[in-house]
Amino acid sequence: MSISILGVGSALPKRVLTNDDLSRMVDTSDEWIRTRTGISERHIMMEESVTSMALDAARLAMEDAGVTADEIDFVLCPTLGGDYLTPSLACMVQAGIGAECPAMDMNAACSGFIYSLHIASALLGTGAYRRILVVSSEGLSRFTDWNDRGTAVLFGDGAGAAVLGPGDDLKYMYLSAHGNEVPLHAVFTQGIFPERQPGLPEPDGMFFRMDGQEVYKFAVNAITTGITTALDTCGLKPDDVGHVFLHQANMRIIDAARKKLDIPQERYAINIDKVGNISAATIPVLLHWWHRDGLLKKGEILVLSGFGGGFTTGTCVVRWNR
Amino acid sequence: MTTIEKIEQIIGEYKEIEPGSLKAETTFEELELDSLDLVDMAMACEDTFGKTVEVDENLKTVGDLAKILDAA
Repeated sequence: MSISILGVGSALPKRVLTNDDLSRMVDTSDEWIRTRTGISERHIMMEESVTSMALDAARLAMEDAGVTADEIDFVLCPTLGGDYLTPSLACMVQAGIGAECPAMDMNAACSGFIYSLHIASALLGTGAYRRILVVSSEGLSRFTDWNDRGTAVLFGDGAGAAVLGPGDDLKYMYLSAHGNEVPLHAVFTQGIFPERQPGLPEPDGMFFRMDGQEVYKFAVNAITTGITTALDTCGLKPDDVGHVFLHQANMRIIDAARKKLDIPQERYAINIDKVGNISAATIPVLLHWWHRDGLLKKGEILVLSGFGGGFTTGTCVVRWNR
Repeated sequence: MTTIEKIEQIIGEYKEIEPGSLKAETTFEELELDSLDLVDMAMACEDTFGKTVEVDENLKTVGDLAKILDAA
């Protein structure tokens, strides 16, 4: 079974945090952030929640696909975490849109949306479901150490969604995991029992901790190898690719990957300057923006490639059929 | 072509440098390479020389890099 993307949507919080705003919070500057990351601003949740952004994105995607809540028969949310440890974000979305169907979250960090396309394809293949709502909503400002100038500049909040149905548009899918907590992690521990053994992960505010150089190296290799293999396997030439949607973690990663691949530069969809890294929401937000602005042609070949904490990676080739 | 000349060629893709100006004692700090430039340069060296280059506190000068790349 394969899938067809029937509709896409996205939502960002209203508050825009510029590099100048950040330079008043930590020792940094607009110039430093732009030259090292390519980011100019990011959106941060104020009155919004992970659930409210997810619902806004989901409703737009459903409207775009022309489906109603009673037609959605599975809700899948790739996310680092919703507003609650439990219930899942997916359950909040299911209730919020008024669907009556199973719902679950899935964590593959920034590769989550691509992982979800694969899971959705398998679910559709069972024949039990016809319309799957995938919503990536990320509130990364909650996991950001706002005193750490190395990571505070990188992340933002936002949500992207897609409605998927049966079809034959997914042409290639490759997922991988390379478990290693050292280069990138956030400890998932708040309370601690007094007699707990030492040496286990200590509470750390659940903040992102990252070795930027390691992530950079991994990411550039993952994208270039992933996309080269995808094109070879599908018998596609670089010029056959309509658009490339890369995970937006750092402009320097995107530039290094672009240099190694022969796909024309202008075919890369880029919004990191406006939103920073929004983890699993990155790719569906980009898809929605490019679709909304009429930049995608029916039938064109899209390459999606992401990498993230885990490390995880995902690369897929999809025909845009809208 | 010497190892240092090859390194010069690789760094030349990121920074404008006078040909022949790179010396073993030239530091990456002098060349104004930031941490991600260093990783990128290390990756390019790995591709060219087939050696693993760790970017750590021991990698300060062009000579340090040449020594890694020349090691058997």
